[in-house]
Amino acid sequence: MEIGLSHFLAVGAALFTIGVFGIFVNRKNVIVLLMCIELVLLSVNVNLVAFSAFLGNIQGQVFAMFVLTVAAAEAAVGLAILVTYFRNRGDIAVEDLNLMKG
Amino acid sequence: MTDVEALLFSLSWSQPELWLAGFALVATLVGAAFGDRASGPLSIGAALVMVIAATLAALHRPETPVVIFNGSLVVDGFSAAVKTIVGYSAAATLLLASEHLQRSGDRRFEFPVLVTLAVLGMFVMASAHDLIALYIGVELQSLAAYVMAAFRRDDARSSEAGLKYFVLGALSSGLLLYGASLIYGFAGSVKFAEIATQIGDGNAGLTFGLVFLLCGLAFKMSAAPFHMWTPDVYEGAPTPVTAFFAAAPKMAAVALMARVIYGPFGALEAQWVQVIAALAAISLVVGSVAALVQTNIKRLMAYSSIANMGFVLMALAAGAKEGAPAALLYMALYLPATIGIFAVIQAMWRDGKPVEDVADLAGLARRTPWMAYILTALLFSLTGIPPLAGFFGKYAAFLATVNAGLVWLAILAGLATVVGAGYYLRVVKVIWFDAPAPAFDRTGGAVVLTAGVSAALTVLVLVVGAGAVQSWIAISAATSFAAPPLP
Repeated sequence: MEIGLSHFLAVGAALFTIGVFGIFVNRKNVIVLLMCIELVLLSVNVNLVAFSAFLGNIQGQVFAMFVLTVAAAEAAVGLAILVTYFRNRGDIAVEDLNLMKG
Repeated sequence: MTDVEALLFSLSWSQPELWLAGFALVATLVGAAFGDRASGPLSIGAALVMVIAATLAALHRPETPVVIFNGSLVVDGFSAAVKTIVGYSAAATLLLASEHLQRSGDRRFEFPVLVTLAVLGMFVMASAHDLIALYIGVELQSLAAYVMAAFRRDDARSSEAGLKYFVLGALSSGLLLYGASLIYGFAGSVKFAEIATQIGDGNAGLTFGLVFLLCGLAFKMSAAPFHMWTPDVYEGAPTPVTAFFAAAPKMAAVALMARVIYGPFGALEAQWVQVIAALAAISLVVGSVAALVQTNIKRLMAYSSIANMGFVLMALAAGAKEGAPAALLYMALYLPATIGIFAVIQAMWRDGKPVEDVADLAGLARRTPWMAYILTALLFSLTGIPPLAGFFGKYAAFLATVNAGLVWLAILAGLATVVGAGYYLRVVKVIWFDAPAPAFDRTGGAVVLTAGVSAALTVLVLVVGAGAVQSWIAISAATSFAAPPLP
């Protein structure tokens, strides 16, 4: 079977859906949320690189490089905020994110 | 043009951004060398640089759009107007913040650096002309904002606000990015000018990507139903940070939304107008109704900002010709009132601690009359009572919407204005007619100055100068969105 653009897009869409669902369904641990966010960003990279290869256009790969860089910065900022949160609360359960409501 | 000439040409048109980027680098070094002692001078320096950048952007307003950096950024009247508003409002909130943070013992040199980087991101958003610049601008603004929300690192509520903002913000960035990847794939280019040429045939993939992109942007401008982070982040973040979030980033998000729908997707108006009108309607209803039951003034302002984003989206739904100047005028008149109200909220200290309930304002008219007069004028302006500034913004938004034939939306907005008057006037009633609560501590100079200037802008200058502001904005908007040439 020839592997075409639609197969790559299907993988991208599946990863994206798993990531988004993970953020909403996960009730346990904030670290898992960070992993889901990475999954979403990587699904976008799969899309970008697949489009780039099949269009014969380099812009998508340049975009993917930017996404990778920003994803690294985003993970660093997220973990730093998570550390301050853990220091204050002594726990990182998603259920406990409830000091403010309404 | 050779490559070097093109680069020099691009750099000459990006002076505001270069000032901000240069200052952010220098300020990081100065902060690393001198520690938190440098915080005061750096705050003043950052505010000065923002004013310089905003003034440069206002003075260098090109007659026709100038496309720079190989089609990544565009400088036009619209971006000039947005950068001016963003720069001045960010400088005002930064000066306010510096005083407040010193008082609460959170005066660290990172704060001015983060604000400068966020403003740089907003300037890139205002000028974005391809999907990469759009994404980088949004992320530069957002990453700085996540850190600022969690700035009070020994406070559980501040950390929680930062964490919530981060998780939901990253999710929205993911949505935005997935939309961008689809648009790139189906249009074959990341450049707005080239995407615009691919729109004609009503490609389903492009529409799909556009919807994802709009969802991500709606989150950034806190339009319902993507607003759920707003009240929590506004309440949990330190008050000066909330004041910052309520002002400049909103303008930048509105500008980016306008850039996307009027620029590359101008030909898909039939598709996006429904999405924008629906976002506007839901924001108006959610913002107005949910604000009625709030007791925390920061939460109340969060819902107020959601409702106001509804008005701006309503204006944007009217199309580039009428919608863009109406949305700009609305924001230009709305932001001074918001900044002034947050200046008063930052003056709410009792026994050395900040307080933030509406009830704490009780009897303010008898305790601190000048503050009561200013707050009342600003709240009336947000309600939209003539002849205050807010009325002119609302008038422009309504006029554009009715002219575009969206009468049902204008009627809904009229009802939302009435409900909105309910909760704004409740605060006014608490200020003037309730039994006085214990007095606030003495306020600092920056609060008095900012509140006074914003009230003066709201009450006096705009009565005289509303026409001038309006024509400046109309000219700015008229020179933009006119099918920019391919680079």
